[in-house]
Amino acid sequence: MSPRYLALVVVFFLVVALVAWPLGRLLDRVMAGENHMSRRLFGPVERVVYRFAGVDPAKEQDWKQYLSAILLFSFVTQLVTYAMLRFQDRLPLNPAKLAGVAPWLAYDTAVSFTTNTNWQSYGGETTMSTFSQLGALASHNFFSAGVGICVAIALIRGLARKETTNLGNFWVDLVRVHLYVLVPLCVVYALFLVSQGVVQNFLPATSWTTLDGGTQTIVQGPVASQEAIKMLGTNGGGFYNANSAHPFENPTPLSNFVQMVSIFAIPGALCVTLGERVKSRAHGISVFLAMTVLSVLAMLVVGHFEQRGTPILASQGLDLSFSSVAPGGNMEGKELRFGIADSSLFVVVTTDASCGAVNSMHDSLTPLGGLVAILNMQLGEIVFGGVGTGMYGMIVYVAIAVFLSGLMIGRTPELLGKKLDSRDVRFASLYVLVPSVLILGFTALALTTDVGRAGIMNVAATDAAAPWKPHPHGLSEVLYAYSSAVGNNGSAFAGLTAYSTDHPVFYSLTLGLAMFLGRFVPITAAMALAGNLAKKKISPPGPGSFPAHGPLFVGLLVAVILVVGALTFFPVLCFGPIVEHAMLAAAR
Amino acid sequence: MSSTSSSSSSSRTEASSSPSIFSSTILRPALADAFRKLDPRVMVKNPVMFVVEVGAIVVTILFAFGLARGQVRSPKLDLQILVWLWFTVLFANFAEAVAEGRGKAQAATLRKMRTTTSARRLREGETSDAEGEMVAATDLRRGERVKVLAGEIVPADGEIIQGIATVDESAITGESAPVVREAGGDRSAVTGGTRVLSDWLVIEIRQDPGGGFIDRMIALVEGSQRQKTPNEIALTILLAALTIVFLVAVATLVPFARFFGGELGIASLVALLVCLIPTTIGGLLSAIGIAGMDRLVQKNVIATSGRAVEAAGDIDVLMLDKTGTITYGSRQAAELVPAPGVTLDELAEVARLASLADETPEGKSIVALAEKLGAKAPSPEGAIFVPFTAQTRMSGVDVGERVLRKGAGDAVKRHVAAFGGVIDRALELEIERIAKEGGTPLVVADGKRALGVVYLKDTVKPGMRERLDRLRAMSIRTVMITGDNPLTAKKIAEEAGVDDFLAEATPETKLAYIEKMQEGGRLVAMTGDGTNDAPALAKADVGVAMNTGTQAAKEAGNMVDLDSDPTKLIEIVEIGKQLLMTRGALTTFSVANDVAKYFSILPAMLTGLVAFQAVSGAPSSSLYWALNVMRLGTPGSAILSAVIFNALVIVALIPLALRGVSYRPLGAAALLRRNLFLYGAGGVVLPFAAIKAIDLLVNALHLA
Repeated sequence: MSPRYLALVVVFFLVVALVAWPLGRLLDRVMAGENHMSRRLFGPVERVVYRFAGVDPAKEQDWKQYLSAILLFSFVTQLVTYAMLRFQDRLPLNPAKLAGVAPWLAYDTAVSFTTNTNWQSYGGETTMSTFSQLGALASHNFFSAGVGICVAIALIRGLARKETTNLGNFWVDLVRVHLYVLVPLCVVYALFLVSQGVVQNFLPATSWTTLDGGTQTIVQGPVASQEAIKMLGTNGGGFYNANSAHPFENPTPLSNFVQMVSIFAIPGALCVTLGERVKSRAHGISVFLAMTVLSVLAMLVVGHFEQRGTPILASQGLDLSFSSVAPGGNMEGKELRFGIADSSLFVVVTTDASCGAVNSMHDSLTPLGGLVAILNMQLGEIVFGGVGTGMYGMIVYVAIAVFLSGLMIGRTPELLGKKLDSRDVRFASLYVLVPSVLILGFTALALTTDVGRAGIMNVAATDAAAPWKPHPHGLSEVLYAYSSAVGNNGSAFAGLTAYSTDHPVFYSLTLGLAMFLGRFVPITAAMALAGNLAKKKISPPGPGSFPAHGPLFVGLLVAVILVVGALTFFPVLCFGPIVEHAMLAAAR
Repeated sequence: MSSTSSSSSSSRTEASSSPSIFSSTILRPALADAFRKLDPRVMVKNPVMFVVEVGAIVVTILFAFGLARGQVRSPKLDLQILVWLWFTVLFANFAEAVAEGRGKAQAATLRKMRTTTSARRLREGETSDAEGEMVAATDLRRGERVKVLAGEIVPADGEIIQGIATVDESAITGESAPVVREAGGDRSAVTGGTRVLSDWLVIEIRQDPGGGFIDRMIALVEGSQRQKTPNEIALTILLAALTIVFLVAVATLVPFARFFGGELGIASLVALLVCLIPTTIGGLLSAIGIAGMDRLVQKNVIATSGRAVEAAGDIDVLMLDKTGTITYGSRQAAELVPAPGVTLDELAEVARLASLADETPEGKSIVALAEKLGAKAPSPEGAIFVPFTAQTRMSGVDVGERVLRKGAGDAVKRHVAAFGGVIDRALELEIERIAKEGGTPLVVADGKRALGVVYLKDTVKPGMRERLDRLRAMSIRTVMITGDNPLTAKKIAEEAGVDDFLAEATPETKLAYIEKMQEGGRLVAMTGDGTNDAPALAKADVGVAMNTGTQAAKEAGNMVDLDSDPTKLIEIVEIGKQLLMTRGALTTFSVANDVAKYFSILPAMLTGLVAFQAVSGAPSSSLYWALNVMRLGTPGSAILSAVIFNALVIVALIPLALRGVSYRPLGAAALLRRNLFLYGAGGVVLPFAAIKAIDLLVNALHLA
């Protein structure tokens, strides 16, 4: 690891903390309706929306009503998106005269953006009209992020409130989070991106003759505006196929740094919101630190292995050592303007946070670097995680950690004064169980069917005679895809061809299901948990109750997450990245 | 509220009828039970061990078929794995059977007592003179009356409505000294199975057959009607979820291996699954619960449900009666304070004379103190004892013309005023001081002269402060309940070291206090024996009724302490905490063990896949040694060693499960740190060493 990388990691978390603190407090005030200053400004807009939509902002919902509202909103907007994509040729703002999106691809994409995944089985600029990018996709970048924050806030309310069934009003929460947080932030952020050189226009594509005589079509569009919410909302779906590796999306090291910070901004801020709302800043900070510890561990592993390179690269006579003139290490699939450090950090940030934006090719990571990216997603996207999703997922893990620790000190486990009963454990178990089963099940299915294996790029080349040449890296590609889909991350080991005209159905269908179930089953579990917690009394903390803050709590939480996650996925990772790594070692 | 018996009776006749856990009388039947419990209908209640059994059955069947067709690649290894899988199930069953064993022995004794009893039933309208008709105890119904003569056994639980008798309750309590039971008051309850030693009783039956105390006790010690407690249910759900996750993780290895063109043996797959799912805690979970209840029975406490025991571990607030629990309940004379112009000797003589005929503990203590101070005048001829009445609130003697009295300040004041005397101002200040200090001032008067004041003090039992400190270390707040005025209560509370007190308590204020505490999210425990305690006992999360108490109190609470020792709650709390801690510790241990098991089994499974060798070009052995960080002998021995460890660790932990992990009254964080280190870190490290050692042995013996 280069010293620059370590410095970058430190500065990165300092800046994230600096951003998260005020943003978290703002979120807390907004969601409680206590943001008096900005309400004076936008309050009339808010009221007009409620009147237009027929929402009574004073009427709160119980967990079932809140959940129903979430599901209704998500399904309806998903259908609208599907229709917009299918018929984009008949809709305006289609300068490149692109055809309507094919049925399975449209289905896959609609699910993908509704679930905050932004898995893209297509090249953005060559498939989507500007209208689709803006209306069908960027809108979901906002909505899905908003939904995630709403669930997190509802669960936090479940913790903070006592003896009630009220968890707030979804429609009110959704309007407020957009009006006072997401939209204003994105406007400022987009302007910053434009200052760095990100394009923002409605120009048609232009053709240019390159220096070597070929023609290149350069597509432009409203990139900066989409880029802002893509990062802030941990969506990750790029305007361009190359995503944040594309110079029009992410032109400079500064824009790259700010993009990474913006991925962690809201998830980090929600830790602060949690602390504020449950009246225990120490708890919020401890959760933030647990996330930081897990994230830094991942950064150290990726940084180490990417900088070390591989024996195969070394055998080609490359100098793999870092110096002031050369990045060294494994530069395959990385942008020269970012190098090893900025790329490695981005890998961890985007997989930690369920974002899925990429500034390098993850398929080209070293085996153990790739393992970290996969495991990050398999842990359930809780290390900062997606906006909202990371927070409610983390609260579930906190519940499990507290359950175990409570038993070990001889008391009925208490989470912030709420005694955990078998219903809580059931919902928490469901939350952890379902994604694991989905990832392993779908991966197994894809690997044992011809149509599933057809999409795999990396096969062994040693035995040319055999019709099927399996390679651990091929397994990793498929495993990455389903881990990404279930975790609603959206990034890919791009080696996998998830959509082709020959095989349009298999991956679209299974990935669609994985994204859908990976999103809404945990949301259901989290809301049920919120409802169950809100009903309870709050016991005052005493010397006999285990404090949900401090080094011991952070250590316990980290250990529980790693053990539960690692134990579940260690076998399959053995068949993929770990064997691949051992093979590299054995080959040397 | 009556003052309850024995101050500290932890030196009980424990285990009078209960053999030690590891005596052969328990172990031998437990071995047979271990096989009997293999019945899948029984096993299914424990999801983790059920999966192990199903796995063992599948492997057995496939092994038999494979053997018949000659298709087993490594029969010797597979057979050994198979045997150890069955051992895993049997060991878990054995643990449960051992835990149940002691209870069964006790239940047998109790049951013998129940079946042989007959009773004299009184018909409607018959008085206590009637002989009654002889019926079997099991035919008695609630509300019927029976007569029990000396030497007979009380046929069922009930309330004495007539008579007074000494009763031998040793069958229930193990206490050999007989107790007095009488109609009316707080000592009117009798328990079926106890023996009347003298006199006779008429009892109204309060329980239908099968619902009595002995029946409850039998059910409890046997664990036959054992219901899972809330935390046990929650833990079972978590363990079931872990089991499903591992089931999927192992099952999907088959397609992953096929992807590489390999096949994994079913024996090694099931071995991996059994090693990963939390068998250690799954196998010992019910044994922990049964043993916990058994420990409670050993302490002579009968709980109506395991839920109550668990709740005891969560108690935040403990309400203790002052009288009989914290103090002796009788006020003792501690000091004599003469009025100005009166000598101490004179005061002592008069106080003694006024108390000589007074048989109350207070009176006796005044005599004792006065004699210590040198008063010894013989009781004068013709002295007439004047007893205490609620009207006069004084007692004393009349010796000829002399009217000697002692009594409450205002009563004596009125008394001397009637003779034309007044109480000196200095004496009044003394009276106030004593009251303020929590004592009871008794003013002594000789005719119109107030001679001085006797300082009566309620004495805190020795060792009380230590016990209360122990409760505080467990983070339990103690609240003293007393009928005293707030001043007196405060004084005693300070002396005993309780955290709070409830003065001038009535049944209503007690109930209100409990409700207020519960409103704030606290769990409250209390002890009580009187009928007027019943509402509060019922409202409290843990209500421990004294066995000497009334039937109403016993029915309202969720535990009965056969020793009638109010401080027993401390032990009950410890048992409740131990129960949870043992489960938590073994769960952590079980899950932590998985790390080492992965490192032993997975390299062995991967090595079998030809595809990897083809791809890497490296020989099979070099790949195995690249992954085999534990340096286990062969792939076969690695799998076998892990399975053997997994089975043996259940047996090794049976004593811990039955005894419970040691509890120390530390703060939550310190306790957690200690247990995390022992069972978490220990659980990661130990199996590495143990599996390695077993592997060395397996290879030395050429077992695999």
